Amino acid sequence: MCQPIKIDLTASPAERLAHFTGWDCTFLKNRFESTIHSVFESTIKLKMQFMLLFSRQGKLRLQKWYVPLSDKERKKISRDLVQTILARKPKMCSFLEWRDLKIVYKRYASLYFCCAVEDQDNELITLEIIHRYVELLDKYFGSVCELDIIFNFEKAYFILDEFLLGGEAQETSKKNVLKAIEQADLLQEKNVLKAIEQADLLQEEAEAPRSVLEEIGLT
Amino acid sequence: MELEVHIAQRQPRNLKDLEKVCMEEWAKIPAAVCANLVKTYRKRMISGYLFISVLVNSNSELIRLINNAIKNDLSSRNPTFMCLSLHCIANVGSREMAEAFAGEIPRILVAGDTMDSVKQSAALCLLRLYKASPDLVLMGEWTSRVVHLLNDQHMGVVTAAISLITCLSSKNPDEFKTCVSLAVSRLSRIVSSASTDLQDYTYYFVPAPWLSCKLLRLLQCYPPPEDGAVKGRLVECLETILNKAQEPPKSKKVQHSNAKNAILFEAISLIIHYDSEPNLLVRACNQLGQFLQHRETNLRYLALESMCTLASSEFSHEAVKTHIETVINALKTERDVSVRQRAADLLYAMCDRSNAKQIVAEMLSYLETADYSIREEMVLKVAILAEKYAVDYSWYVDTILNLIRIAGDYVSEEVWYRVIQIVINRDDVQGYAAKTVFEALQAPACHENMVKVGGYILGEFGNLIAGDPRSSPLVQFNLLHSKFHLCSVPTRALLLSAYIKFINLFPETKATIQEVLRSDSQIRNSDVELQQRAVEYLKLSSIASTDVLATVLEEMPPFPERESSILAKLKKKKGPGAVSVELEDGKERGELNGGGDRGGDAAIAASNASTPSPSADLLGLRSSAPVSGAAPSAGSLLVDVFSEAGPAASSAGVNDDGFLSALHAPEASDSPLVEGPGDSDSAPPSAASEDPAPPLPESDELLNKFVCKNNGVLFENQLLQIGIKSEYRQNLGRMYLFYGNKTSVQFVSFSTTLNVQTKTVEPLVEGGAQVQQVINIECLTDFIDAPLLNIKFRYGGALQNISLKLPVTINKFFQPTEMAAADFFQRWKQLSQPQQEAQKIFKASHGMDTEVLKAKLLGLGTALLENVDPNPENYVCAGVIQTKAQQVGCLLRLEPNAQAQMYRLTLRSSKDTVSQRVCDLLAEQF
Repeated sequence: MCQPIKIDLTASPAERLAHFTGWDCTFLKNRFESTIHSVFESTIKLKMQFMLLFSRQGKLRLQKWYVPLSDKERKKISRDLVQTILARKPKMCSFLEWRDLKIVYKRYASLYFCCAVEDQDNELITLEIIHRYVELLDKYFGSVCELDIIFNFEKAYFILDEFLLGGEAQETSKKNVLKAIEQADLLQEKNVLKAIEQADLLQEEAEAPRSVLEEIGLT
Repeated sequence: MELEVHIAQRQPRNLKDLEKVCMEEWAKIPAAVCANLVKTYRKRMISGYLFISVLVNSNSELIRLINNAIKNDLSSRNPTFMCLSLHCIANVGSREMAEAFAGEIPRILVAGDTMDSVKQSAALCLLRLYKASPDLVLMGEWTSRVVHLLNDQHMGVVTAAISLITCLSSKNPDEFKTCVSLAVSRLSRIVSSASTDLQDYTYYFVPAPWLSCKLLRLLQCYPPPEDGAVKGRLVECLETILNKAQEPPKSKKVQHSNAKNAILFEAISLIIHYDSEPNLLVRACNQLGQFLQHRETNLRYLALESMCTLASSEFSHEAVKTHIETVINALKTERDVSVRQRAADLLYAMCDRSNAKQIVAEMLSYLETADYSIREEMVLKVAILAEKYAVDYSWYVDTILNLIRIAGDYVSEEVWYRVIQIVINRDDVQGYAAKTVFEALQAPACHENMVKVGGYILGEFGNLIAGDPRSSPLVQFNLLHSKFHLCSVPTRALLLSAYIKFINLFPETKATIQEVLRSDSQIRNSDVELQQRAVEYLKLSSIASTDVLATVLEEMPPFPERESSILAKLKKKKGPGAVSVELEDGKERGELNGGGDRGGDAAIAASNASTPSPSADLLGLRSSAPVSGAAPSAGSLLVDVFSEAGPAASSAGVNDDGFLSALHAPEASDSPLVEGPGDSDSAPPSAASEDPAPPLPESDELLNKFVCKNNGVLFENQLLQIGIKSEYRQNLGRMYLFYGNKTSVQFVSFSTTLNVQTKTVEPLVEGGAQVQQVINIECLTDFIDAPLLNIKFRYGGALQNISLKLPVTINKFFQPTEMAAADFFQRWKQLSQPQQEAQKIFKASHGMDTEVLKAKLLGLGTALLENVDPNPENYVCAGVIQTKAQQVGCLLRLEPNAQAQMYRLTLRSSKDTVSQRVCDLLAEQF
């Protein structure tokens, strides 16, 4: 009476044809929803798919994508996700299943940090990745606030790149990350200084031919 | 140099542009501007890199333009430049990038003089390229050296390299086997280290949590280590991790416990992955059990999630089950819907036969208040559990009907199709289903899905409850029809089909139903489907004889057992990986529908080859053509259909005269049973090159299946399926054999032989196609052995030879006889000679449900006599077996004993061989 349902995957059309005689079954039409093709399907799954920072008002402050997606897809994903997360209450758990991804998010003051990881990944450690990133920002900017990230967004990206590369943790030591950032900053300053000097020199040279051309009337 | 200066000079303005753009909306700059920027901006400047990584999509054409600049940076000796360029490659990660740098990066990675920070970047950069275009990253000498990075002094290098190694070894496990022992020793060193040993790599008193997790993850690519020492060390590590979870926290900070538990969960994943250490599995389960009541929502969530996988392990399934009350409680009280969903998942995973009733009941009651977003999934799960663990099917039917009542909107078609399939396939539940559905429909407001199920089931099995005056045919019909006007078009169409079935089941409702069909709202309905059905059914009911009606509107044959469509649906919901299953299922279903129409036509239109019908007529209407000679005067729709069938009918000789005349086949007078060819132009049987095979051992069993029914699948293997449809009247019968080719290859030299003669079938059976054979049968005198059917064909060169017993048994020629109690007893006494009686006492091999027994006795062909036997538990039947030689009266008495699960069957007939044979046949049926 309670035999398990036998699974017959070899069933062919002809077989069922014979079974179905006599009763009209046009109403047995199967409903087919168009299959939602996952944009995340790639040959090998990435650990972290993307990271988003957004404000409580839903404004995106930083986004980092580790999977190639078109702008349209990115916009749609971030819009949907921001809405979903903002609708959640503070006491709720920090993980949620969203499409075929796992979302790990945490709110720091007015900013939400949100990571999308693969289904198999460890949620708690991702949560601590977020925290470590916040610590790094905090250390670099000195008690970081939303405005720091708005106006120095490129720094926020550098720090993220030093900490996470291609969605994987590259360097988890706070000291080492900050050291790398300092070096890069130094290099940039040097370059800028050099550039300004050179620019002053070149300014006159650059202007001379232009004025000649203008005189001829070619511009 | 000049270029660099140029860039620097323009930098401020462009950065400002960049900032502005970035702050407004990232990628809004037109491609042309973008291209311009990149061209003029051939970086080296850090912001240039940033610009590229933020704004340039990995598909962009522009990448090629900047590859050269990156190459220069890579070959510089400055670690900052090298790192930046590696970051840039990783961030873009396009195929062009991979083409340009896939050869260079491995060299940097394993070179002895590379700086640590560059190694880290190079490892992850290579990983990124490998993921994007695995074919471009060639394995080589460097791979063996990469493994040894696990031993590196610098923790950061290990952390970065292990991601690469994990990915590579999941693709080529053998090549990286050596990493297992390295990983175990590394893990062991971390786990046993004091919390301050690792300096900056200690995170809130937890030593290197990221690295530990990654190590544990790497180990999950491999089976448990074979080397005893390595394995012992690993088990020790896992035990230490489990022990640490019990220690008091070193810090009150949530980061401390998160990092610690992250390692714990990863360790549990590894334990589940190995699935070989019962001790660890049970410990893990107990640990998770503690988390189930933790005040941190996150931990509760994760514990529920991990337990789901633990439930599937045989070692820990029982341990998981002990937490059932906690989980049910979580389902009821958790405030977060995602946690409740996890609880529902876990209940689903831990369900087995012992707790199915409790779990299904809990899920049903949760469903009433469940979040809308998860209702559909819950419904599917309840439906699957109910089906999978149904101990008795009346419980199953109750559950599904409850499901429809509680969450009708979320009951997808798959679910209610499935309940109908099951009811049709299990005759022990049909009566109960009809009763329950009838009661459910009496609710003032019921869901449309309930109406659908009700319509279908009452249409099929309404007769089983018609005996009760409270659910007499007319009451049933009125109940269904009271819902009619509130339903959508597909449901109405279904109901119309149910009505026509009612006409067949209960002739007394015919006038009422015809009235309904004839009403303007049906016959002039603006929906073409409804209108067509109304017209066709009305015509069918008024012109077809009861016999034809009975054949056309016969009970549905059982559905083929196959994977539950709802399971497929659940798989689909779970992810794209399972989509193909669903699609395939749908394809089958589509063909099923086509098959229904075709089968209906083929059932009566007696042509030797099955002709696919182009007209999508419902219920095989054209089959009534031969019977109703005056058909062409009907509506234009019918004329069309009939003219198509007309010639076929006359040539096949299916009208009453033709039927009889075709039957007088001359040969085989020694056989009591004559099978004549269905056509007058009988051809000799094809020359059989080999002797027919002896009958299959199961052929008797197959035969028994058909004693009480006329239609179904006689035989089936991987290649061939033989379906049967048959009808009998008096001493005549006609049988349609459908030979279906299940393969995609044609069968050649297909031939069938009976031990009497038949017309040949088409020698070719195309892949997936079906051919039909008609056999006309006349019963000359009573018989015991069924005729043998031998089938031969070539499939891919190999000769297939199958012998079966044709399911023709003596009881097929029963004519039911109604008689009163007095008559019955008088005749019973007349047949009192010992050889006229056959008796058997036997144990019940199926359920002893009244309705089922009745159905079987009716299927036997006899009349079931009510109020004859003084004991209402007993059944008495009467019938006359019609043979050409004589008529054999037959009386039957079946006495069930429910307590002992035994039956006593007594047969009396005027001929001893008949009594014995019918008794033998029938005894196998209960």
